[in-house]
Amino acid sequence: MLRSYLPALIMLAISVANAIFMVVLSTVLSPGGRTKVKSAPYESGMDPLGGTRERFSVKFYMVAILFIVFDVETVFLLPWAVSLRPLGWEGFASAMIFIFILTVGLVYEWKKGALEWD
Amino acid sequence: MFADLFRSLGRPDVLDLARQSHYFWALLPEIVLALGAMGVLMVDVFQKGSRSEASRPNVAWLTLATLLLAAVANLALVDVADRSDVGMVATDNFRMITNFIYLGSAALAIFLSMGYLDRRGINRGEFHVLVLFATLGMMLMGGARDLMLLFVGLEVMSVAIYVLVGFDRLDPRSSEGSLKYFLLGAFSSAFFLYGLALVWGTVGTTNLRGISQAVIGGAAPFGGIFLAGMALTMVGFAFKVAAMPFHMWTPDAYDGAPTPVTALMSTGVKAAAFAAFIRMFVIGFGGATDVWRTPVFWLAVITMFGANLIALTEGSVKRMLAYSSIAHAGYLLVALLSATREGVAAFLFYLVVYTIMTVGAFGIVIANSRESGEERVALEDWAGFAAQKPLMAGLFSIFLLSLAGFPLTAGFLGKLYILRAAVEAGLAPVAVLLVLASLISYFYYLRVIVVMYMRPARSTDDHRHAWLPGPTRWAVTAAGVAVILLFFLGSKPMGWALRGAGSLWNPVPGAAAAEVQPGTQTSLR
Repeated sequence: MLRSYLPALIMLAISVANAIFMVVLSTVLSPGGRTKVKSAPYESGMDPLGGTRERFSVKFYMVAILFIVFDVETVFLLPWAVSLRPLGWEGFASAMIFIFILTVGLVYEWKKGALEWD
Repeated sequence: MFADLFRSLGRPDVLDLARQSHYFWALLPEIVLALGAMGVLMVDVFQKGSRSEASRPNVAWLTLATLLLAAVANLALVDVADRSDVGMVATDNFRMITNFIYLGSAALAIFLSMGYLDRRGINRGEFHVLVLFATLGMMLMGGARDLMLLFVGLEVMSVAIYVLVGFDRLDPRSSEGSLKYFLLGAFSSAFFLYGLALVWGTVGTTNLRGISQAVIGGAAPFGGIFLAGMALTMVGFAFKVAAMPFHMWTPDAYDGAPTPVTALMSTGVKAAAFAAFIRMFVIGFGGATDVWRTPVFWLAVITMFGANLIALTEGSVKRMLAYSSIAHAGYLLVALLSATREGVAAFLFYLVVYTIMTVGAFGIVIANSRESGEERVALEDWAGFAAQKPLMAGLFSIFLLSLAGFPLTAGFLGKLYILRAAVEAGLAPVAVLLVLASLISYFYYLRVIVVMYMRPARSTDDHRHAWLPGPTRWAVTAAGVAVILLFFLGSKPMGWALRGAGSLWNPVPGAAAAEVQPGTQTSLR
């Protein structure tokens, strides 16, 4: 039974080796040198220091939730679309029920005004 | 009467879950409830803004209609046999009886919320929709014959309840209770899921019937991993039914939640967790009864004594009822401990009684409020209640006496059935401990009655705001009458409970005896 996990072990070994290889490669090849800008966090010119309890609008949260909902929908629908034929009408009906439930949620959000930014 | 009607509509008498169309019938109550919940959500959201508040169709009544429809759909499945080995959902009378309990407790919670939500300024349609979805989760959890569906049901129920606890989001106590319940609930879900994974890993199936056969036949390689899986699932269930020492969230969540939600949590949620607990341990792990009996024994004893002792010190009636609900989890654990048909029947009977009397008691707690809608839950606030509100005080006394288990109330009969089942299963010491724990509980139940009847009120119109809207008043009064009636007419419901309990072991009525008999015990190694 343990033998069936061998591919997973090989996969693990390859990814570990790959990670080590990348780190070593970038250390060897990089030009080096530390300027003040280079050692600043994010390197983007934004000052990362400041209060941690800053308030931000709840609208961002709504957008994030909406994104996750439709992201998960895609995760389910892509494999379904690929194997539509073997699944037959039962699979079609199940997916339609799933989409229907999501649509109800979308209509609810729409009417609640969660999709309007202002 | 109904059987012919449903048969003429195409309901099969024997379900075969290998066929997809039979799934429709097996899940009919759940489908009706889910569609109804979505319908209520749509009606609510489309009414908002388009009409004035007052002319809105009452969402509460729509919710009650949905629950009633689901109950009718549930009726269609009573006495339907299920001879399929596959299938994630069990179709037996045990599931049907517990479904009626969840639907009833949700309906009572909706009745309690009428008027209450307006007083606290939280009357939003989402409240009712969340109650419906929580009920759907309970039905899926209690009726699951597969670990996957069991977990999905648990989460559907829990997520809805987390939100309901914090529904009064401007009240810090409500938010605090919600956050505490959510964090500890998420922990317990993780424990539970890990336990399920370990059980699946050793047995090789997520189907409870397969697990049951593997445990009895000794086909699975039992050992530390299987025992750890069993222990972790037990911890998960103990969290959900609020058994000690996994009860820490209970008083705060029950106290902070809007009171109708507290009523739903202490009845429906607990009932669903217990139904799944019984299905998993008494049936799934039925062959390992003598392995899990010792930990469940200690769980029950600690719960009964701990909760009753802490309740003695509580000055708030709402928190006292929270500890009382923990103590009742201990009594129900004793019924589970019996692991016989009589034990499960006693569990079902007590669950019905407990649901009625607990929701009734919370109904009176709601009534005793200030004009602002704030509840008056301190013990002193009940002084002189009987003189000014004799009917409500009388009803509250009935519920409290029934919770304590006095004769002439259904609580007495329910405890008697549990005690009998425990003694017949050879658990006389547990029965003695249950009686001792109940004796402790008499003190704090009776104390409230003493304060209501024997202490003078602060002023002659101290309780003028104690009031319930019409439908709520009728529901609470009906609950009070039911508590008395069930004492005198308890044998008939007990007969149904016995049939429902038997269907757990033998889901095909009249068929040859199933291979798994109640009380079968084989030792594990």
